[in-house]
Amino acid sequence: MVELNAAVALLGRFPALTGVDLRIEAGETVLLQGPNGAGKTTLLRLCAGLLAPESGTVTVLGHDLAAGPERRAVRRRVALLGHSTGLYEDLTVAENVRFWARAAGLDAEPSVERVVGALQRLGLDDGLLDLPVHRLSAGQRRRTSLAALVVRRPELWLLDEPHAGLDQAGRNVVDELIGDAVAAGGTVVVSSHELERVRLLSPRVVTLAGGTVHRDTSS
Amino acid sequence: MSRFLADARLVAAKDLRIEARSRVVLNQVAPFALLVLVLFGFALDADQRTLRAFAPGLFWVAVLLCALLAIQRSVSVEQADGALTGLRLSGMSPAALFIGKASAVFVQLVVLEVLLTAGIIVLYGSEVAQPLLVVATGLLAAVAVACTGTLYGALASGLGVRETLLPILLLPVLAPVLIGATRAFDDALGSAAVDGWAWLGLLAVFAVVATAGGALAYGALVEE
Repeated sequence: MVELNAAVALLGRFPALTGVDLRIEAGETVLLQGPNGAGKTTLLRLCAGLLAPESGTVTVLGHDLAAGPERRAVRRRVALLGHSTGLYEDLTVAENVRFWARAAGLDAEPSVERVVGALQRLGLDDGLLDLPVHRLSAGQRRRTSLAALVVRRPELWLLDEPHAGLDQAGRNVVDELIGDAVAAGGTVVVSSHELERVRLLSPRVVTLAGGTVHRDTSS
Repeated sequence: MSRFLADARLVAAKDLRIEARSRVVLNQVAPFALLVLVLFGFALDADQRTLRAFAPGLFWVAVLLCALLAIQRSVSVEQADGALTGLRLSGMSPAALFIGKASAVFVQLVVLEVLLTAGIIVLYGSEVAQPLLVVATGLLAAVAVACTGTLYGALASGLGVRETLLPILLLPVLAPVLIGATRAFDDALGSAAVDGWAWLGLLAVFAVVATAGGALAYGALVEE
């Protein structure tokens, strides 16, 4: 599913990952932890095909991410929840969710039912459907961003601090979402500082430090 | 190919929908365009004969100034909350993204050109002697400006100083469009005895090169 061998990635001219060896099997849930600057976000962006490895190999869903076309091909099969929501302020919640689903390669416009289902799954009232995003709270934006990923049904979930900015109910919903993704055969990699919460979801914890794997509980 | 066109259409429709909701071009750029025409009138002492003679050049300078605003808006929409990263993550072809973004700017420019044409007729007393040449020039120049602007907007945003750098980067590159479109309008509005259709050829070449070059180069700019 995901395999990195001596993977090095740069942020500008600085090495953010200095030689990562990691293998994640299909259906696994993996928690990434480590101090700020350890390389967690860079690792997720690398696996999403947003960065090219400077050296070493990165294979995700059978795609060797050294090549640009392979990186573009893998992007349609993964979902990355980053620090920003990627939502358009002047579009409604439903328009945003539909746009991102279509952009990710869904051939047909997602049905209203599917959009509503995704929003409900994230604990959002379907009364928000026609509300422009600029009228949402930060937590509602975060959930809408997640709903846009849910509609796509990705094979690999890469979640960077998914609980950030959410209230207790929202955090529980994210936990349930991760459980659902795994139950549906998906693979989930979560970067989080909320160790106790995420440990309940994942027996495997990978600790990054200084841009490399410091500890992996599976080995 | 159908995926390419579907993606380009999706992006263009999204940008136009955002414009329809926010009305930035309609409520801010369009009044600015008319204001520029009025200020040119003040600067030239409101002499209609002088204004008619200079109308083609003033028209295209106003179009370029408005294009800067429309292009900056097109770039900022993708920068606001990481949407550009989302577009990259979508796996969409960068060329399709480029065509989609440029198409939306093109539509907005055409609307502004219609408004400005009405403006020079009303304010400067210009007369359209060759409507077909006016339309052809307007469309080709809009393609050239939209494609070049979309490409340079991505370049400037990558350098992180888009608001200040974009005009400095873009306006010199668009000088041939300004010259060609002004000469073509000189003929179309009967302001000067030139062969406007020959200048239209220059605009057509520029538009083709800007479209093809932009589609090829855009990927490298948004990936970095």
